[in-house]
Amino acid sequence: MNARTQVETPSVPVAADPNAYVRIANVTKRFGDFAAVEDVSLDIRRGEIFCLLGGSGSGKTTLLRMLAGFESPTSGTIYIDGEDMSAVPPYERPVNMMFQSYALFPHMSVEKNVAFGLEQEGVARGDIKRQVGEILDIVKMGSFGARKPHQLSGGQRQRVALARALVKRPKLLLLDEPLAALDKKLREHTQFELISIQQRLGVTFIVVTHDQEEAMTLGTRLGVMNHGRIAQVGSPSDIYESPANRFVADFIGSVNMFEGQVADGCDDCLRIASTELGCTVRAEPARPGTTGATVWAAIRPEKINITRRPPAGQPAAATAPENLVRGTVREIAYMGDMSIYLVQIDSGKMLRVTLPNVTRGRERPLTRDESVWLSWHGTSPVVLTE
Amino acid sequence: MRSRGLFSRCALILGLVFLYVPILSMIIFSFNNSRLVTVWDAAHSPTLKWYVALAANEQVLRAAWLSIRIALVASTGAVILGTLAGVALARFGAFRGRLLLAGMTTAPIVMPEVITGLSLLLLFVALQQLIGWPRGVGAVTIALSHITFCMAYVTVVVQSRLVGMDVSLEEAAMDLGARPGRVFFRITLPLILPAIASGWLLAFTLSWDDLVITQFVAGPGSSTLPMVIFSKVRFGVTPDINALATILVLIVATGIAGSTVWMRYQQRRRERDVLLAAAANL
Repeated sequence: MNARTQVETPSVPVAADPNAYVRIANVTKRFGDFAAVEDVSLDIRRGEIFCLLGGSGSGKTTLLRMLAGFESPTSGTIYIDGEDMSAVPPYERPVNMMFQSYALFPHMSVEKNVAFGLEQEGVARGDIKRQVGEILDIVKMGSFGARKPHQLSGGQRQRVALARALVKRPKLLLLDEPLAALDKKLREHTQFELISIQQRLGVTFIVVTHDQEEAMTLGTRLGVMNHGRIAQVGSPSDIYESPANRFVADFIGSVNMFEGQVADGCDDCLRIASTELGCTVRAEPARPGTTGATVWAAIRPEKINITRRPPAGQPAAATAPENLVRGTVREIAYMGDMSIYLVQIDSGKMLRVTLPNVTRGRERPLTRDESVWLSWHGTSPVVLTE
Repeated sequence: MRSRGLFSRCALILGLVFLYVPILSMIIFSFNNSRLVTVWDAAHSPTLKWYVALAANEQVLRAAWLSIRIALVASTGAVILGTLAGVALARFGAFRGRLLLAGMTTAPIVMPEVITGLSLLLLFVALQQLIGWPRGVGAVTIALSHITFCMAYVTVVVQSRLVGMDVSLEEAAMDLGARPGRVFFRITLPLILPAIASGWLLAFTLSWDDLVITQFVAGPGSSTLPMVIFSKVRFGVTPDINALATILVLIVATGIAGSTVWMRYQQRRRERDVLLAAAANL
């Protein structure tokens, strides 16, 4: 990250967000020479679902484990509710964690598992029973209290793990890949249930996931991590529509990316000459850019129009077409709700275009090797400097 | 199973013959009437007279009782120390002296017994000269020596169990507010209990039949059962030894059969539970 990008720059420490419940200030974690987390600063607000999204080895799990207290930062500080957590051991933090493996105690019944946290606090026996019953009802496992973990299915285990982590009513719940072990159907269902439980109990969630779809549906805000650093922080639509750099643009969803040089600007636009694309990209609105500087234009596949004839107002024979290229359809993948077209443009580069299948039985669908025009609106391209 | 080849069938039969014919012949000859171990007295056999003779043999009974007590003390002591060492090796990360501890605890497994026995004897003698304890060699020194070498086996069993156990179970307990001590007693210990139990049984049998190390550190009047059997055999095998051995085999066989049945029952129940849970998937 550097200050040239217009999006939030999290590496500037302690921006003093008054709503920040968890503050991670310049935290670095090294294992030997390897920096798993490098100079991460993040503010997480009370009551939000914050998703840490990244590939394997991006440092997201290490960051979560530092919040729980299982690892201590090499440098930097973590504050929870304004309190420095450096010297606080895991068993005294106001934080609970739901483990990826669920980590249910195999020798204890569901009830005993859930009661474990309350027993450590010395809660009276009657209160334990009541609270355990309540939380098991919330996760719809009320009738399974006497079962042992191995007598439960994957989805049931996930609910018990959630109940066990929530029973102490923590202000902050850490979830490590909460849905990774569930099959697809169950996962979608559980996502919405997690959100409704979170809202009902008013807990702050920090979720670690490698699944961008999961992060998008769950998260009120996302933090994308790469090589131990935060690549971008923002709402799901911020991240998708205005990625801060090439990594984020490429990591979230699919994207067509072209290298080019800043050409002359205009009042309401920036022009990028791209030999890779074979046309000029006109990006709106205008933004600062030094003429001749190398930039990248990123266009999402669904924001490209595909037509047999050049769109009206764009003469095909124009000497310098803007936001318009010719190409040939090479591959078509029919996905049901939409189709993916791989189009080879005249410069030889492949572009990915998706179209929703809004009507049944289109009169004449595009076929392979058909020659087409690709065009997009001036607001579609994202201009990236790094 | 039916399509098992001729070769594996032969291998199986030969293997069983090699393993069990000696034991079987010993059991049969324990019911022999003749004083000569190798001659079957068909006219007066089978008989229980060697078992009766054994019951009256003070020396053997005293040795067996001593062996049991030593084995109990040694296996219990070895389990406590071995578990501690196993936990330290598996969970404490890279502490100072870890390699040394790992080497020292497993040394008795690879070290020739003669050397272990001799060095223990030298240690006891030196200790006695320095601090006046232990007073001479005997049951106490035998028990201490047995703890030393049995502990190595317990450590290995416990450590491998801990390495195979999901660390996040212990982390989850800590996350829920349990201090490290509680985590150990409420979570770790119950989960490694099977390993501790098998470590205890292993230590018990090792202590029960150890001869070489015991020979070095035993004193007058502290003959264990293996020592008595060995000294009797040197003057020719008498059939009452056969009877004694048969009883031991019987005890061991009962123990093994019992634990096998129990484990199979547990396994079946577990498999059924897992199937039921999968069937009732939400």
